[in-house]
Amino acid sequence: MSVVAHTAAPALARRRRRVSFRAAFGLSVLLLMGGSAILAPQLAPWDPAKQMLLKRLRPPVWQERGLSQHPLGTDHLGRDILSRLLYGGRISLGVGLTAVTLSALIGVSLGLTAGFFGGRLDALIMRVVDVFLAIPYILLAMGVVFALGPSLGNVILVMGATRWVQFARIVRAEVLSIREREFVAGARARGNRSLRLLLHHVLPNALTPIIVVATLELAFMIIYESALSFLGLGVQPPTPTWGWMLADGRNYVASAWWLATLPGLAIMLTVLAVNLLGDWLRDTLDPRLTV
Amino acid sequence: MALLSVEDLRTHFHTSAGVVRAVDGVSFAIERGEVLGLVGESGCGKSVTSLSIMRLVPPPGRVTAGRIRLEDEDLLDKDAEAMRRVRGARIAMVFQEPMTSLNPVFTIGDQIAAAVLAHEGGGRRAAWERAVEMLDRVQVPSPRERARDYPHQLSGGLRQRAMIALALAPGPQLLIADEPTTALDVTIQAQILDLLRRLQAERGMAVLLITHDLGVVAEVCHRVAIIYAGRIVETGSVASIFASPVHPYTRGLLRCLPHPSRFGQPLSSIEGAPPDLRAVDGGCRFAPRCPHAIEACRREEPALAKRKPGHFVACPVVPA
Repeated sequence: MSVVAHTAAPALARRRRRVSFRAAFGLSVLLLMGGSAILAPQLAPWDPAKQMLLKRLRPPVWQERGLSQHPLGTDHLGRDILSRLLYGGRISLGVGLTAVTLSALIGVSLGLTAGFFGGRLDALIMRVVDVFLAIPYILLAMGVVFALGPSLGNVILVMGATRWVQFARIVRAEVLSIREREFVAGARARGNRSLRLLLHHVLPNALTPIIVVATLELAFMIIYESALSFLGLGVQPPTPTWGWMLADGRNYVASAWWLATLPGLAIMLTVLAVNLLGDWLRDTLDPRLTV
Repeated sequence: MALLSVEDLRTHFHTSAGVVRAVDGVSFAIERGEVLGLVGESGCGKSVTSLSIMRLVPPPGRVTAGRIRLEDEDLLDKDAEAMRRVRGARIAMVFQEPMTSLNPVFTIGDQIAAAVLAHEGGGRRAAWERAVEMLDRVQVPSPRERARDYPHQLSGGLRQRAMIALALAPGPQLLIADEPTTALDVTIQAQILDLLRRLQAERGMAVLLITHDLGVVAEVCHRVAIIYAGRIVETGSVASIFASPVHPYTRGLLRCLPHPSRFGQPLSSIEGAPPDLRAVDGGCRFAPRCPHAIEACRREEPALAKRKPGHFVACPVVPA
């Protein structure tokens, strides 16, 4: 461990300068997606909920019958696909980010508590984790959303409350090793309170895996939200989300390919970008992989 | 009155394989401004003694009997919060491993400043200035720049200096140094010992120096206590112990040191190994390895008895 601690940071500095393709691609796609989601009201040519039945099921502009006012075509109600994608990105990315933040908050605090204090508290928390892992999360989410009703807040709540176990397990494992290190014993011998040991000495040293899990979870949450929307349990129409657009478009896959393909492509690109970024982060921040 | 007095300390580890009597009836005292060396081989209870004083013995270990008095307060009677206020502020500790004893994600200046803030309050800027001053006191070159370094950017010697600065920042009355130079090479070792001795004299601070190295003891200590298998077997001034060691274990330890007069001969060692601390019975714990052992040694545990003023030995057999 001491050797690792010794080589970690200089290696990190060296690697940071060599920006890989994965990082560049991931970051630029994410920035593009995030930027266009934030600027959706300025960028979108149409109101995403506006129905124009006279122009329904028009293909993208490069195909025959395509209209230049609707570059990516229209859906079965004549709504502009580009506008809906832009606004849908706000929901997908926003819900993903909030849900990851929520689940990280829950998971990291429970993982820190379990790993640091150990004993019965640890056993209790980890059994709860086991229970959560044993139930299929989609099933759990369906149950909760059925009970509470599908709204934006409930969807975020459910997503956060079912995925926190990922953070809890990894943080606990990390804390188990960090708490045995001498600087923690030293800090205790200097009269620091347990809470301070936890927040000032243990948590900062466990940040690397937390960041990595968070990026991977972000990708997962985007798919999760799409899946819930696809099942009709997510954010309700007319609010556009990528998952809902995908579900809606599948009835027309044979006749109007763009309805399901374009939101699917958006989901895929975003998830790919986040995953690549997460991978790169893991490799860059993990000293064990630098040797 | 002594600054710290430890009386009949017993720290036992209740494991599934039996009770390990790591410290079993240790008594000693440290006066203000005194450096006491606690010497013994690995596993004889040196570190457990120091952790007992700090009340930081890890489970399943527990102090089962004895008294630890700091000035006129019994540390074993204090509640957790009162004990927390003793740690760092009145008794500080320096550990063996300078590689892992500092938090790798903060600069050493930040860490020392945090210790200053916790104990003295005041502003962040003032705490930082104190941190730089402390680094200067422990003779870290260009302390203002080094304060902004992370632990991995420093050499082992500098890191140990930073550790000492961190421990001394709150101005403790007693410093427990647990093998502070064991992980360092010899030249750095000498510098660190020199620094410890100088700071100790400057501040009139008492030091409990835990080591297995008699050379270190000779260099910095006023008095020595030799510990074997959880009990102190001989204690006295450095001069007295080095000039006329009595206990067969002390003599054995001193014989193990390389010496120019024995040049060319193989280094001697003490035959055998320390006893299993789960199964110690009534007799002298060194008896199985002792060339002078007689029948009585195996029956009765010898107590520390005065041989000369200030020189106590737990062996009734060997004549002075």
